Amino acid sequence: MKKVFSRPKSLKDMPFHYCPGCTHGIAHRLVCEVIDELDIQGVAVGVGSVGCSVFTMNYFDIDMLQGAHGRAPAVATGIKRVLPDRVVFTYQGDGDLAAIGTGEFIHAATRGEKITVIYINNAVYGMTGGQMAPTTLMGQRTKTTPGGRDKDINGFPIKVCEILVPLEGSAYVARVSLHNPKSIIQAKKAIKKAFTVQIKGLGFSLVEVLSTCPTNWSLTPLEAVKWLEENMIPYYPLGEFKTPAEVV
Amino acid sequence: MSRMLMKGNEAIGEGAIRAGCRYFFGYPITPQSELTHYLARRLPEVGGLYLQAESEVASINMVYGAAGAGARVMTSSSGPGISLMQEGLSYLAGAELPCVVVNMMRGGPGLGNIAPSQADYFQATKGGGHGDYHLIVLAPNSVQELYDIVKKAFELADRYRNPVMVMADGIMAQMMEPVELDDRYEVEIPPKPWATTGRAFHEGKNLINSCYVVPEEMEELNLRLLKKYNEIRQKEQACDSFLLEDAEIVLVAFGTASRISRAVVEKARALGIPAGLIRPVTLWPFPSDFVSRAAERVKCFLTVEMNMGQMVEDVRLAVQGRAPVFHYGRLGGMVPVVRDVLEEVKKLYSGSESS
Ligand SMILES: Cc1ncc(C[n+]2csc(CCOP(=O)(O)OP(=O)(O)O)c2C)c(N)n1
Ligand code: SF4
Repeated sequence: MKKVFSRPKSLKDMPFHYCPGCTHGIAHRLVCEVIDELDIQGVAVGVGSVGCSVFTMNYFDIDMLQGAHGRAPAVATGIKRVLPDRVVFTYQGDGDLAAIGTGEFIHAATRGEKITVIYINNAVYGMTGGQMAPTTLMGQRTKTTPGGRDKDINGFPIKVCEILVPLEGSAYVARVSLHNPKSIIQAKKAIKKAFTVQIKGLGFSLVEVLSTCPTNWSLTPLEAVKWLEENMIPYYPLGEFKTPAEVV
Repeated sequence: MSRMLMKGNEAIGEGAIRAGCRYFFGYPITPQSELTHYLARRLPEVGGLYLQAESEVASINMVYGAAGAGARVMTSSSGPGISLMQEGLSYLAGAELPCVVVNMMRGGPGLGNIAPSQADYFQATKGGGHGDYHLIVLAPNSVQELYDIVKKAFELADRYRNPVMVMADGIMAQMMEPVELDDRYEVEIPPKPWATTGRAFHEGKNLINSCYVVPEEMEELNLRLLKKYNEIRQKEQACDSFLLEDAEIVLVAFGTASRISRAVVEKARALGIPAGLIRPVTLWPFPSDFVSRAAERVKCFLTVEMNMGQMVEDVRLAVQGRAPVFHYGRLGGMVPVVRDVLEEVKKLYSGSESS
């Protein structure tokens, strides 16, 4: 019988700790499928961050370093500068990348650091129990915005891809989503392109992945994907914002 | 061997290069900037990389990545920048990554000033960042020693897989002295089979981590670190002494303060006061065994420091009440002068004579 689906080689065979319906798991799988397809398991070095994805280091069957909150792009810079022929990537949440780590990702992009950032935007701090993230939508209720995000108190949600577009060092910037099979296929394409851009030495690449957090959104998994589609995508439009001619 | 007149900052830079360091990540701050200028020029000449980061937070995390990738790597800063590096230092210690960090101390707290100080002693030797850990801290007191000690720093870092701090101050950074340079550039860097260089380059999967959710596992790491720190305490305490054999009053001082203290000892001897000097070269591990032995017969100790009295606590711990321990300090970037310290010595000596 022909085998049509199996676990990626670079994803370890062990149960995820993620909540039911959380799309972190899908994002992991996509990254590992891409690593397999590009045949880079041996040369890939990943940098984990803090947040719910703190255990990527256990799941990805590649060399990994655990970085401090927000600092992954700086850690990745250190690795890549020492080992320029390796494929170095970070996997970061929105709290990690767009709050405490704002400086690190912007400057890694500005330098044109040849690394890939997988940026999971679930509009909330998952691991610490559902507080407001820099990406929390206007009016969205979280533990620290119990009345909904209010512009006069909390300001506006941050659009990471749009920040990166004008920076000359950023080569590939895309926003994808994981709310249905079609978007998942597109997400994988974007992740593959991002790694390819790095392998070709074209500069900094980032894929923003709109992701769900049913637990902290207080929704069922099905309601969560619907909420993502109806609320997040209008504010965080999907698409490729920047693609180098070499990989179009 | 060649001889060169060098600034302290430059000597550190050249020492690092000859110790096999090829990567430097940093951010400007006075009074250590010449070190970065020097390396920005010299590192590319030897096939290395100087990269100016966007902050000290980023620098130390770049160091973390480069150390994880198996490189000999260094960063440097002064007080406020070192404060920003504390998070990274805690992570480096937790992940057991070797690197060298230079602190050319200046006056603080806060923005302080750019004058020489020794006020970061607590921060360097008692932790600074969160959690149960130690840096190895080395305190050179001449430009030659700045050059030599960097090599030792890298060796210790690799041997113990631990961050090492070389701590001096603005005077040492800026002063010029002749330095004997060794001509050898080839350094043997020990293999690092644990480095995250990609699975194709070693057996199995390598993980660099300081996250242990299960308390039993966290304790296991802490115990492993404790064992390592105890070994370092046992094997690596280092200090110098001057006219100690028959000394009744012993000055204890490191770095710039030790140079002044040496002159004080000479002057005191000329006056017939049996003074001596202990100069810790390792601030952590503190050379307690050495101070403790001296305490068997010394009448009193005087620490001379450019701070409120920080190392004095370690001296007291080593002395264990067997002799009084006093402190003389100048603060805020002021440097002790020989005349004033000598007055203090005279006072203490006549006091201990009459008691
Ligand atoms: C310096 C520091 N501050 C705060 C924390 C606590 N913390 C852990 S995870 C997290 C938020 C993570 O949110 P996000 O990056 O969005 O990831 P998610 O959990 O949603 O996947 C915070 C604030 C920390 N570990 N370190
Ligand atoms: S808390 Fe949210 S982000 Fe974290 S695992 Fe659960 S669903 Fe996923």
